Amino acid sequence: MTDSASEPYDLAVVGAGPAGLAGAVAAAELGLGVVLLDASAHTGGQFYRQPAPQARAARPEALHHDWSAYAGLRRRLAESSVRHLPGHHVWSITHEAPAWSVHCLTGDDGSDEQPVRVRARAVLLATGAYERHLPFPGWTLPGVVSAGGAQAMLKSGLVLPGRRIVVAGSGPLLLAVASSLAAAGARVPALVEASGYLAYARHPRALAANPQKAAEALVHGAALLRHGVRLRSRSAVTAVHGTDRVEAVTVTRLDRTWRPVQGSGRRIACDALAVGHGLVPQIELATALGCATRTSADGTSALVLGPLQETSVRGLWAAGETGGVGGVRLALAEGELAGIAVAARLGAGRARGSRIVQLRRRRDRMRAFADAMAAAHTPGPGWRCWLADDTDVCRCEEVTAGRIREAVDDLGARDARTVKLLTRAGMGWCQGRMCGPAVACLAARDGAPEPPPERRPFAVPVPMSVLAQCADQPNTAP
Amino acid sequence: MPTGKLSDVIVIGAGMVGAACAYYAAGAGLRVTVIDRGSVAGGTTGAGEGNLLVSDKEPGPELELARLSARLWTELSGALPARIEYEPKGGLIVAADEPGAAALRDFADRQRAAGVTAEEIPADRLHDLEPHLAPGLAGGVHYPQDAQVMPALATAHLLRAAGNRIRLRLGEEVTGLLTAPDGTLRGVRTTRGEVHAPYVVNAAGAWGGELARLAGVELPVRPRRGFVLVTEPLPRVVRHKVYAAGYMADVASGSATLQTSAVIEGTPAGPVLIGASREHAGFDRTLSPQALQRLAAGATALFPVLGTVRAMRTYTGFRPYLPDHLPAIGPDPRAPGLLHACGHEGAGIGLAPATGFVIARCLTGGEPPLDIGPFDPGRF
Ligand SMILES: Cc1cc2nc3c(=O)[nH]c(=O)nc-3n(C[C@H](O)[C@H](O)[C@H](O)COP(=O)(O)OP(=O)(O)OC[C@H]3O[C@@H](n4cnc5c(N)ncnc54)[C@H](O)[C@@H]3O)c2cc1C
Ligand SMILES: Cc1cc2nc3c(=O)[nH]c(=O)nc-3n(C[C@H](O)[C@H](O)[C@H](O)COP(=O)(O)OP(=O)(O)OC[C@H]3O[C@@H](n4cnc5c(N)ncnc54)[C@H](O)[C@@H]3O)c2cc1C
Repeated sequence: MTDSASEPYDLAVVGAGPAGLAGAVAAAELGLGVVLLDASAHTGGQFYRQPAPQARAARPEALHHDWSAYAGLRRRLAESSVRHLPGHHVWSITHEAPAWSVHCLTGDDGSDEQPVRVRARAVLLATGAYERHLPFPGWTLPGVVSAGGAQAMLKSGLVLPGRRIVVAGSGPLLLAVASSLAAAGARVPALVEASGYLAYARHPRALAANPQKAAEALVHGAALLRHGVRLRSRSAVTAVHGTDRVEAVTVTRLDRTWRPVQGSGRRIACDALAVGHGLVPQIELATALGCATRTSADGTSALVLGPLQETSVRGLWAAGETGGVGGVRLALAEGELAGIAVAARLGAGRARGSRIVQLRRRRDRMRAFADAMAAAHTPGPGWRCWLADDTDVCRCEEVTAGRIREAVDDLGARDARTVKLLTRAGMGWCQGRMCGPAVACLAARDGAPEPPPERRPFAVPVPMSVLAQCADQPNTAP
Repeated sequence: MPTGKLSDVIVIGAGMVGAACAYYAAGAGLRVTVIDRGSVAGGTTGAGEGNLLVSDKEPGPELELARLSARLWTELSGALPARIEYEPKGGLIVAADEPGAAALRDFADRQRAAGVTAEEIPADRLHDLEPHLAPGLAGGVHYPQDAQVMPALATAHLLRAAGNRIRLRLGEEVTGLLTAPDGTLRGVRTTRGEVHAPYVVNAAGAWGGELARLAGVELPVRPRRGFVLVTEPLPRVVRHKVYAAGYMADVASGSATLQTSAVIEGTPAGPVLIGASREHAGFDRTLSPQALQRLAAGATALFPVLGTVRAMRTYTGFRPYLPDHLPAIGPDPRAPGLLHACGHEGAGIGLAPATGFVIARCLTGGEPPLDIGPFDPGRF
């Protein structure tokens, strides 16, 4: 295993999306020695995706608002002393006093022989989020893609998943996805949203305090109108038709609990369906270290963070979606705040009191807005009625809703963990990232589901030969 | 205020051991209520492995319990659905060098005298049994009576097999025991009310000591932590349960420090399980890189092909440990009406049927199938 020469760093930042970039740059500009690790070959994370060179996009920024913020960060990164390590998949973080060890696999898919360990006095977790999926009959048919996946494909390869694409699910991202698909030339016959957008009206204060967000929604709204996209709220895709590929979907109205209203189904012809139900914070590196979590308004687990972005474990900080899903501007503000706070803790740089006050205020305002949005898009318990007994819930292990219901009703499972033990749902390649939220809902007999504990001691699968040498090393003294 | 119909016995804990007690008690005609604060198999049973071993046990009371259990498991595998994944696949213990092999042969001789089937495997025949074993090992012993089961499914199906003689109360924690003015046991108090029965079985696993304390008696059960590594699904690379000779010494050790000797086994679903470390660390779930490193190193030393295989996850559980490595099974002389069935440490899946069988005999006043003196809960 290689240890790099300049260790330990002052700060290791995991994730080079908006939050991680902002944090790394801010900390380095205050004089810290920073290493920035990301599994991907590029900086930018989920939001600022770069087209593959062969896609020859003339203007990647056309698909992004805020590209200038990113361009600025990239320039500052290039000018800084930050060591950027792309292609580093962090599988675990451990603490051997006085420093943290960040264990990485390298290579495109983490399969290179040589594992890397990076040591640092502080760690900033900016690992973002992954998409939440709720199963429904037909969701495994070719032509059904995730909303985020469709957006990512568009941003990095500029390809469309189909020509006539229904966008469905719940959450503010659907607006962005529908408008970029339409702008790229697809027909979007309908945007199907399970909650009522009216729900936002219950949080007028948060909306009024975030004019930028409101403007963003208006821009997307206007784009949708221009492209003739029909918005159908309080509705869901409850069936997908087609034998080898999507040919049509059934869109059904929902009651307040998201239960389908009998007889209200309407068929819409399409050749692709992009679905998403918001994002789930990716926090397993933190939970493996015992960081406290909270249940967000949308029913996902997020890290509990202090006023300056520190987790409940001293020396471990987090920013961006790991503290709750909130969008790119919040991620930028939190990243910078964390970078400054780490520098202050380690005694570097001048005190940046006024900037801290400003960033904190901005963050609090945007967090309030994010919470309001999250509450509006929480899945209603009635969504379980979308599932037929033969609908696959866990795709990796091919576990149906019927099997899960049996485990709960007849075998005595009461939570996602015991459902998994009794059915194997969530034991497959994705380790429950895909089916976890759905299984937790099905396991909850009464009341709100516990979010599945984001306990995956290995953030990515690890070759046994790498594990066999991981703790061998003597501690490198700082 | 009683909540629910009368029961003859209350079993606290819906793990493997509680399920076996309930099953055999119901089979003896008793009406059983099983109470668990969580899910079926949500405790250690859902956080361990399902090795049913005779191979790792010294001649003595635990081996006798294991041999009875092995017979009962064979019976149960016929009575329960195939989904419990019972596999009589046999165990193979290997030694790295000649002194190790000699010790192994000696151990096997003594086990054979106690009725265990054990077949010596010379070095040049090891690969007939396990083609992917590392070269250069000194020899081994094959134990055809070792078997495997999927613990959570076995527990759930055992509880279901007895039909309506067993009532399950899940998500309900026992917070106290009820006694009549004359001191006789009347049942338990829970977070949802009272449940009445003249007998209570403590099958609370690693939490059995806390439960005993509710009855005012001392039972020194402590958690002994273990990690298990799970690989990606593989075709059949490992055929038996395979482990290195040092394992028995680890099992028998009372030391608090980390002990690891990997037991390697394939599962019907494909992943290979590598378990398990042993250490006293309280109920702490924090990942131990040392434990994982040693498990992985042990496994790849025995099966070099596993080196490029990826570990998908790891999980941890808490074995219910008693200082003399023997479970507490039977009536508590200090608290009439209370029986214990806990403290099986790393063998509770294997020993569950015999434990349940013994408890059912105690409850119905029958003759126990073996000498239960060594398991007397009053011995501490
Ligand atoms: C389809 C889609 C559309 C969106 N549209 C908008 C929008 O219009 N407006 C808006 O405000 N927001 C939008 N967002 C949200 C926005 O992308 C996020 O808010 C933002 O990217 C969060 O930044 P982050 O730095 O927290 O995480 P991310 O951008 O997700 O970055 C996390 C980084 O961490 C890396 N990483 C994760 N785990 C590991 C690991 N174990 N080892 C190494 N690296 C790791 C990842 O590779 C990634 O680069 C959208 C998101 C999606 C998915
Ligand atoms: C890593 C590891 C590997 C192992 N491998 C093997 C193996 O290969 N073979 C083998 O035979 N054994 C193995 N074991 C040991 C085996 O798992 C245990 O001995 C066995 O599961 C104990 O079962 P139990 O029913 O006594 O306890 P548990 O399964 O823990 O059940 C006790 C139950 O009691 C409940 N409870 C506790 N207190 C209360 C209360 N106050 N009110 C209500 N309910 C309560 C708990 O919720 C729990 O469900 C392993 C253990 C570990 C940790």
